[in-house]
Amino acid sequence: MIPRRFRRLAAAAAVAVVGLGALAACGDGGESEATAGPVKLRFLSLAWQKESLQANKDLVAKWNSEHPDIQVEYVQGDWNSVHDQLLTSFEGGDAPDIVHYEASAIGEFSKQGYLADLSGLIPADLKGQIDQGVWDTATFDGKVTGVPFLLESQVVIANKKLLDAAGVTVPAADGGWTWDEFQANAQKLTKPGQFGVAWALKSPTNRVLNLALNYDGKFFYTDGGKTEVKIGDAEKEVPKRIHDMIYTAKTASPEALGMSGADTLPGFFGGKYAMLPGSVSLRQQMVEQAPAGFEWVTLPPVKGLSSKQAANPQTLSISEDSKHKEQAAQFLAYFLNPTNMAALAKGDWLVPTGKQANEELVKLTKGEQGWDVAADSAADLTVAPFQMADGYPEWKTKYATPALQQYFANKITLDQLASQLVDGGKQVLR
Amino acid sequence: MLGKPSRTGRVLQYLALAGYLIFLGFPLVWLLSTAFKPPRELVQLHPSLIPSSPTLQNFVQAFTEQELGRAAWNSLQVSLASAVLTVLVAMPASYALARFKSKLGTVALGWVLLSQLFPFVLLIIPIFLVLRQAGLANSHAGLVLIYVVWALPFALWMLQGFVRNIPRELEEAASVDGAGRLQVLRRVVFPLLAPGLVATALFSFISAWNEFFFALVLIKTPELQTLPVALARFVGIEGTARLGPLAAGSLLATLPSLIFFAFMQRRLSSGSLAGAVKG
Repeated sequence: MIPRRFRRLAAAAAVAVVGLGALAACGDGGESEATAGPVKLRFLSLAWQKESLQANKDLVAKWNSEHPDIQVEYVQGDWNSVHDQLLTSFEGGDAPDIVHYEASAIGEFSKQGYLADLSGLIPADLKGQIDQGVWDTATFDGKVTGVPFLLESQVVIANKKLLDAAGVTVPAADGGWTWDEFQANAQKLTKPGQFGVAWALKSPTNRVLNLALNYDGKFFYTDGGKTEVKIGDAEKEVPKRIHDMIYTAKTASPEALGMSGADTLPGFFGGKYAMLPGSVSLRQQMVEQAPAGFEWVTLPPVKGLSSKQAANPQTLSISEDSKHKEQAAQFLAYFLNPTNMAALAKGDWLVPTGKQANEELVKLTKGEQGWDVAADSAADLTVAPFQMADGYPEWKTKYATPALQQYFANKITLDQLASQLVDGGKQVLR
Repeated sequence: MLGKPSRTGRVLQYLALAGYLIFLGFPLVWLLSTAFKPPRELVQLHPSLIPSSPTLQNFVQAFTEQELGRAAWNSLQVSLASAVLTVLVAMPASYALARFKSKLGTVALGWVLLSQLFPFVLLIIPIFLVLRQAGLANSHAGLVLIYVVWALPFALWMLQGFVRNIPRELEEAASVDGAGRLQVLRRVVFPLLAPGLVATALFSFISAWNEFFFALVLIKTPELQTLPVALARFVGIEGTARLGPLAAGSLLATLPSLIFFAFMQRRLSSGSLAGAVKG
């Protein structure tokens, strides 16, 4: 007779083995694909905000109901792990057909040949909707490997009551302050217990390089096929102005330096900071999280020699390995038609790249909640040299971010910052 | 011999213990508090521990948007299967490693520990390709296989320590009394090994329950995705997150581990050996 304890053990083993078999049955059972039936496309989306997620899912559902022969499976990814997920999928030959990511990140995949050239696949009307400067952000070695569709500009969100109390007038949507005016108004808004500005500089590099275009600061210069980092007066201007606001004029809070944009919100809602320079998408937090009765306003981007900022649009790409590139391109053309692009931008509180989508969005929202400012800022967004530099991600992580953090913490001088950035460039761009 | 602690010493001991408990428990309490806060309370300049207007909205959002129930069920299946299989494989292997002395045993133990040194980022692509060839990519079975293999080195190392702590004299005494090898194992070794088996199962279960990267890369079909992958979708770009639903989902994600631990912890006590061997 088999002892009771052994029988239990055998039963547990059997359950585990049967369970594993059952779990195996839950999988797709390999790579076999039905020869008949609708074309199936896998769409990896990075939408994560509630409204944006809904907008994405609604559009996919609508497409699927209208196109029974081309069915799209919506797969949600996340921004923090998408790079590893895509790299593995591309290497393993099992990539999604349609990939959502951003212009500065797809260059690496494009150069490795993982993304299809969309030049001949995108319809002319979609091409015409988007400015060439924005197309350039997703063009690598002459190949367009992503359709840019959502832009993020840097604006200023302000506490309206504090502006009124200090006698600061809100500028028109197309008439942003100069950096000098911004500093002067920050001074008016600074008093004991209140700072005019909170610069959230936990991750300073992208912000500084984006805004540096205000003074034509390029950081990365290419000559004769060789790229190097150069720091002149143009590159120094924006970091110097921010530093001065913190340590010379003392109009910017030093405690915000280690914060992300979202971290500054309690202080902003609590009246500790009057203005928050940040992304247009910060408006969503205003709508969702501002206390009852809190009045906020979106101010246009600050101007230097120009209002230019670097554009790093979110993109939609098609995998080179996709067996259904044409169908995927048809889906993209539908997904990014002006009405749909406006809906996607509204869901993410970002700026659509398409001109007509931008107009529709302003009409739809009546320009309220800063949509007029957001729409107007689109014209100044363009490709920046750092976005095309191969070593930028490494330079940013290893050299630029630590050096800028030290500079903004007043631990190194502006010249030392410049020298560290240049030296980092030499290490990375060898 | 140590004397009885003074009254002051005792008070200090309790204070230190209370401080340690607060240190360990505060993140969980804060998570609990955040899960019940409405969006506006999450960005107060002076946050409070107790929500002034508690809401279940975060739980509703977490479940409706990301189908956390299904993801939790997937995680539970995968974690339980991983725990059972790890224990079943580790139990005889660890006994052999601990009891049968040979050079091969030492090499084997060294090898399994060495395998832990490889970062999984390095292994993920080959693993993915192998599983794909075997038809196990995008399946829970493939995930379980990886989790068992991943947990085994540590489980073996841990369990063979438990086996070594069982006095050989007990097995010898049973043999002298006429018990055969299997009987010795069944009636002497396995009962005394129970705390080790429970610890191994717990380790394996919790590792599988919390694992993110393999689940992210290997599972493509949304219906098969596990809880950590579903929870990551509440986190956005550069540290931004939807704190309310994330806290609600994370709170629920901690419950199975806590329940499993509470259920098994009685088995973790290893006092059954007390007085087993004299002298």
